[in-house]
Amino acid sequence: MKDYFALIFTGGKSLIVGMMITLRELFRPVVTVQYPREKLPLSPNYRGHTILIRDEEKPEKHRCISCKMCERECPSNCIDLAGEKREGVKGMVLIKYRLDFTKCSLCGTCVEVCPPNALDFSKVYQHVGFSREDFHYDLLAMVEEDK
Amino acid sequence: MTTMAEKGEHRYILNMGPQHPSTHGVLRVILEMEGEYVMDPQPVLGYGHRMHEKMAESRPWPNFLPNAARMDYLSALIYNHGYVGVVERLAGIEATPRAEYIRVITSELNRLQSHLLWLGVLVLDLGAFTPIMYTFEDREKILDILEDVTGSRLTYCYMRVGGVVRDIDDKFVERTREYISWQRSRMPMYDKLVTGNIIFRKRIEKIGEFNPDMARRYGLTGPVLRGTGIPYDIRRAEPYSVYPEFDFEIPTETTGDCMAAYLVRVREIEQSLRILEQALDKLPAGPAMAKVPKKLKLPAGDACYAVESPRGELVYHLTGDGSDTPYRMKIRVPSFSNLSLLPELCRGMLLSDLCACMGSLDLVIPEIDR
Repeated sequence: MKDYFALIFTGGKSLIVGMMITLRELFRPVVTVQYPREKLPLSPNYRGHTILIRDEEKPEKHRCISCKMCERECPSNCIDLAGEKREGVKGMVLIKYRLDFTKCSLCGTCVEVCPPNALDFSKVYQHVGFSREDFHYDLLAMVEEDK
Repeated sequence: MTTMAEKGEHRYILNMGPQHPSTHGVLRVILEMEGEYVMDPQPVLGYGHRMHEKMAESRPWPNFLPNAARMDYLSALIYNHGYVGVVERLAGIEATPRAEYIRVITSELNRLQSHLLWLGVLVLDLGAFTPIMYTFEDREKILDILEDVTGSRLTYCYMRVGGVVRDIDDKFVERTREYISWQRSRMPMYDKLVTGNIIFRKRIEKIGEFNPDMARRYGLTGPVLRGTGIPYDIRRAEPYSVYPEFDFEIPTETTGDCMAAYLVRVREIEQSLRILEQALDKLPAGPAMAKVPKKLKLPAGDACYAVESPRGELVYHLTGDGSDTPYRMKIRVPSFSNLSLLPELCRGMLLSDLCACMGSLDLVIPEIDR
């Protein structure tokens, strides 16, 4: 009988202690963010989908030399690029760079292997689309649009 | 007129899952019930099978790096660590000392976030909603720290053979130290809010008890095993990386019930914080990436590498044949063994206690199916 009341007492006390903790939480600053209206600052090292970056010396151009290292090393085979030889231009000219983002796992292998460091991660994290094809990004068009 | 009970028709089958919040993934458990009592639980696996081992055998070894994170999404960095560890051991490469420290620091942060998520969802499974909000607040801090250095929040692909992708900076060290003191200040609160709660205690004390003998029979590892009093932790039993240099305890309990597994995990949080502190103090300078041949071929032979994941012993076994594609890859995951205990452990148990049991086993289904 004594044990029974002791249990009720300790049990009741533990519940009150718990309630006090939740009550105290009411007066602490809010930690949640009202997402679509408010956004948290994104880390500068965040990995979004890959993009072609511009040459610092010649800002009108990207650095890609169409060596296809990224295409070969990609674990998910999500890169499709092509280059062609043009008269009067040294090296290959990139004519197509498509990234199938539905397959990409953002491992960063392409960025690491790229000999001229032509690739980088973007900061895009909101991807919306109605079909798979919406996520087949044309990186060459993106870098040219960006001029 | 005979009742259904007399005819023996009172037993019925209840499907728990494949989509059930308390199974934490696509696990189906076929429950043969008698009223509220579970007479025969049978787990059905394979809903999330993606043939990770076969994928490893059919492509060059670097292509498996992102896969490692997809097996156990809660301890992706520890899975990364195991994979680069086994390749390094087979190819005879050594990571730089700084890289080994960074691996330990990020692995321990990963372990902490896994334990915090487990703490929240265990209590959530038992019907208390509040603690998960607090644990997620803490967990968010870890994810922010890890995002800053690895670039992602859950499925990290951070470690490479010979080192890590990006070196950590002073900001990372400072934020981690801040986090350590924050987490220390939160633990008494969890102690009062969760451990001391009478309802919580009644739900998990003396539930799902098993002895060391049964644990050995099923090959249990991790906090579940340590809850029966066996201090088996890979970080001590088969030390890897730079773990021998740190001073930490292996928490054990003796009762072997859900409460024991709970207490072991909560005390492990403190031990992980201790390892983090020491690792940050001892962090050596130097490069974070060793010189590794560009086209690394796996030599013929076997290598085995075991790491301690938050759920137990994780072993990678890799066989090379001289090419760059592994000949055979076998992954021993802790959750698979821990789950095989379920039919014997939960026979004759109340349905609500089964949820508590599964919660305390801390199952991650994609790693079982892999």
